[in-house]
Amino acid sequence: MFGSLRNFEGGLFDDFRRLEREMDQLFSNGPWTGGIRASARGSYPPINVGVTPERVDVYLFAAGVDPKKLEITLHQNLLTIKGERRPMREEGAQYYRRERFDGEFHRAVNLPDDADPERVEANYQDGVLHVAIQRQESAKPRQIEVK
Amino acid sequence: MKDKSEIAKQETGNVQNRQEHERPISPAVDIFEDESGITLQADMPGVSRDRLEIEIDRDTLAIEGKAEIPMPEGLEAIYADVRSTRYRRSFTLSHELNGDAAEATLKDGILTLRIPKREQYQPRKIEVQVS
Repeated sequence: MFGSLRNFEGGLFDDFRRLEREMDQLFSNGPWTGGIRASARGSYPPINVGVTPERVDVYLFAAGVDPKKLEITLHQNLLTIKGERRPMREEGAQYYRRERFDGEFHRAVNLPDDADPERVEANYQDGVLHVAIQRQESAKPRQIEVK
Repeated sequence: MKDKSEIAKQETGNVQNRQEHERPISPAVDIFEDESGITLQADMPGVSRDRLEIEIDRDTLAIEGKAEIPMPEGLEAIYADVRSTRYRRSFTLSHELNGDAAEATLKDGILTLRIPKREQYQPRKIEVQVS
């Protein structure tokens, strides 16, 4: 009668342990040291940051968030994203698993010093918020002529 | 600045190595049951409809998706919580669930999958005849 879809005793916790181990391995490989604002592992939403000479790209993996209610600020070189996610919950239904994030969130990332707060674009697609911040001209590699 | 770019270079090298054994992310799910069936909701940000696969094979349900993130060429990672673009998770279904009649929707990276119970397992209201 009770298949594992409903069985949250054994399977789920084994899954968690396995996942944790994997995460540990992955994170220990990372080249970055924890910034003072870095949140504990597993905080919501997960963030990726990448750079090119022209711009800084920040990706927020936040499915089902209303992008209009997100508060994105860039002050000096600190990018902060505040928002909330309220997953639709069925009243009166019996829940077997409730793993999805529910509540307010707040994340901050340090960007390279030359991120230009005047030239920021954000767009939301398929549950991923992409914030692109142009870098100031001076940061681009320049060829220096030897006289 | 110089240090950072060197570190980033090392990282891109590793990424290629890692690609082969890149492990899928197990998406967070909510599962609830009501009288007529079971509903599963899964967070799969970055997955579009054509990159989502749902497989029901007898009593096994597998959901799989590939996130597609628009990235500029030559991007160097400086921080990453998400280290895989593949999602995968599977469940065992019990026999009263009718996998053939399952319906799925995907919106803003959230998959909602509804699996109804077979008719004979749905609760019936029995009317009491008053004579």
